[in-house]
Amino acid sequence: MKLELGYIQITDIQFSKESKVENGTLFVDADAVKAFMYEDDDVKEWVKSFSFDIAKPGESVRITPVKDVIEPRVKVEGPGGQFPGVIAKVDTVGSGKTHVLRGMAVVTAGKIVGFQEGIIDMTGPGADYTPFSKLFNFVVVAEPKEGYEDHKHEYEHAVRIAGLRAATFIGELGRNVQPDSSESFETLGIKEGIEKYPDLPRVAYVHMLQSQGLLHDTYVYGVDAKRTLTTILYPTETMDGAILSGNCVSACDKNTTYHHQNNPVVAELFAQHGKTLNYVCNIITNENVYLADKQRSSDWSAKLCRLLDLDGAIISQEGFGNPDTDLIMNTKKIELQGVKTTIITDEYAGQDGKSQSLADADPLADAVVTGGNANQVIILPKLDKVIGMLDYVDTIAGGHAGSLRPDGSIEAEIQVITGATNEMGFNTLSAR
Amino acid sequence: MVKEIERAGIPVVHMCTVTPISMTVGANRIVPTIAIPHPLGNPALSPEDEKILRRKLVSKALLALTTEVEDQTIFEN
Amino acid sequence: MSYRVVHYINQFFANIGGEEMAHVAPELREGFVGPGMALNQAWKGEAEVVATIVCGDSYFAEHEKDAKAQILEWVKAQKPDLFIAGPAFNAGRYGYACANICAAVQDELGVPVLTGMYQENPGADLKNKVLIVSTANSAAGMRKAAPAMAKLAMKLMKGEPLGASCEDGYMNNGIRVNFFEKERGAKRAVNMLIKKLNDQPFETEYPMPSFDHVAPNKAIKDLSKATIAVCTSGGIVPKGNPDHIESSSASHYGEYCIAGVETLTSDAYETAHGGYDPVYANQNPNRVLPVDVLREFEKEGIIGKLHDYFYTTVGNGTAVASAKGFAMEYAQKLLEAGVHAVIMTST
Repeated sequence: MKLELGYIQITDIQFSKESKVENGTLFVDADAVKAFMYEDDDVKEWVKSFSFDIAKPGESVRITPVKDVIEPRVKVEGPGGQFPGVIAKVDTVGSGKTHVLRGMAVVTAGKIVGFQEGIIDMTGPGADYTPFSKLFNFVVVAEPKEGYEDHKHEYEHAVRIAGLRAATFIGELGRNVQPDSSESFETLGIKEGIEKYPDLPRVAYVHMLQSQGLLHDTYVYGVDAKRTLTTILYPTETMDGAILSGNCVSACDKNTTYHHQNNPVVAELFAQHGKTLNYVCNIITNENVYLADKQRSSDWSAKLCRLLDLDGAIISQEGFGNPDTDLIMNTKKIELQGVKTTIITDEYAGQDGKSQSLADADPLADAVVTGGNANQVIILPKLDKVIGMLDYVDTIAGGHAGSLRPDGSIEAEIQVITGATNEMGFNTLSAR
Repeated sequence: MVKEIERAGIPVVHMCTVTPISMTVGANRIVPTIAIPHPLGNPALSPEDEKILRRKLVSKALLALTTEVEDQTIFEN
Repeated sequence: MSYRVVHYINQFFANIGGEEMAHVAPELREGFVGPGMALNQAWKGEAEVVATIVCGDSYFAEHEKDAKAQILEWVKAQKPDLFIAGPAFNAGRYGYACANICAAVQDELGVPVLTGMYQENPGADLKNKVLIVSTANSAAGMRKAAPAMAKLAMKLMKGEPLGASCEDGYMNNGIRVNFFEKERGAKRAVNMLIKKLNDQPFETEYPMPSFDHVAPNKAIKDLSKATIAVCTSGGIVPKGNPDHIESSSASHYGEYCIAGVETLTSDAYETAHGGYDPVYANQNPNRVLPVDVLREFEKEGIIGKLHDYFYTTVGNGTAVASAKGFAMEYAQKLLEAGVHAVIMTST
């Protein structure tokens, strides 16, 4: 399967009467985006209103509470469309050609559950910890209808769909734009791969998907990952929007839809494909709340690694706490199949860094990459403008009573920052 | 946390869903529960049946507290 | 004015002699001796070795108490800003002496300390207690070790926060410190895997810990006379979370009276936990903290009494050390209250 990504570099976003991409500038008609979002019945039913804003790198702007970050894209050749099974029909994606509006994102914000959303600072110390401070962000702030408190599952669904629809609308504007550059990615069939690279070690990416319930779900072709069995994907399917985020675990280590679209493990494995290793495929496996599910899913990861005759696997986690057990179970069982592993996680070592970093451990997990200690305390200075609201800063995961200080600054753990300790290895942050 | 209570000299039973973590952190008496968001309940059941389920689970915990153990023990069905 | 440093070295580096002179008793000399020169050079006048203490390695090992007492007295009199020992490279008794005298100076005098040695030196056993710069395994590594130690020493004297162990060159002391790597995590993971696949040495960024275990206590003989307490890490709190227990990384626990409470209703209780779907626990908090059933068992005489208080915190992202502290504290309260057994529930 072969996918070509054509990158259209976005260097500015402006509101406009007409929506278009011209010379790297995205012009958006917010009313048209709103109308497109409201075409969905669920959005109509649960979302009272939308407001829109633009946040640019370096501006004194804080976006919170952030739900998801999405990169706008459009399928220009080949089967399927964006977000198959959710927005587009369920056709298999990952081949043909997709245009990407690079350097920008759609950010959804607004209150949902309060403590499970994050902060994006566009400048200052907080900006160093989130990759989204470097993007031009088109921010959609959603306001729920009255009585949503008893229907949070439904409201989350509506906001998720709204964000994806906004990204789809904007992505569509890139359909007839000539990309500034392009790249191709190809995965061969099992036998072809062995014949082409007989001497290279066979490596897969075991991609763990958060799937623990309300706002803790990931969707694969529209299927809630908690109702899936461990299975195999072409890496280009992930790159082409097959997996998206419906979850808000702690902001620092949730994989947003943007992370899935730009999965760094996929990118780095493709970079080595055919050189030092043969990148065979992705194995997706969930992180459920029932022990039997954890056992079954990790058994299946190990089984597939063996069936594929792998030599090595990279395992990435999402979230923390009991998912540490899924991570350790996967690692242990895969290692016991004779497949060498490297795992990516993050740490909760306490504000003083002295505590046990993970909830579970095993000596077979001897090759660990860390995204850093999420408990590290940071002071985020007051910024000139807030997109969204500061109402949830004290109760957000990583905040505490008094996090929002009288002078408008915030004292909290980096846990509150969207993407800060990403466990796909998106960032350079680490710890020793 | 379980370990600190045990260390203080009080027998303790850990009721949790993710028993492997309980094993790793060193609980001695472990009773597996239903699911992380509702360890001692199951929203899919009727309130009456759910209560019966909870009585069963807590009974098992009490059984664990009255059973001598030498090593870490999971009290399965 | 420059910082004052006292330096500790052994008989060999003081040019007294090798193994045959290892019995010499401690001696105080003014200014630098031997490797202290390299430290002084690196500090360029910002700090200076004002005194050097020389002690035979065998003497320290065989007369540790006396040697420590004497050395502590000398160090105290010098009023140094820092005490530095070694580097000891792979010399076992020298490393042991460096680490232990540093620990004593740090504990007794409250003076910042630093030493250096090879990672397999027995003295490195104290790396979680004393800051130790990792050096080569022989004195040939002095040219690298001295500047590395001097640099870290200057940070300590200036009171600057330490960087991560791999940045500042000290042995991992169990305290996790964040820093920005040159390459992103995914690339580091791929590189690490390639090394592992090719049987080349690689270094994990997080060595797996080992957990200690506590022996189980005796079982309850007669439940019908026992007071049972119920505790949770599932964050069940009175509605409104009056003590503001954090949804993640809790800094404290809650103690709440349930005397006379028959069941935990959704009007009166909820969960503060930010790590799981709160809907089910909020609908019926007994699903996490089974007060309803325990109250029934109490009435039926199956258990003697349900303890009047429950203890609760949020396990989500809460540091193990904090959780341990909470439990240690309330375990004492439970003991004093005469509780016979505890049911702990987790989500």
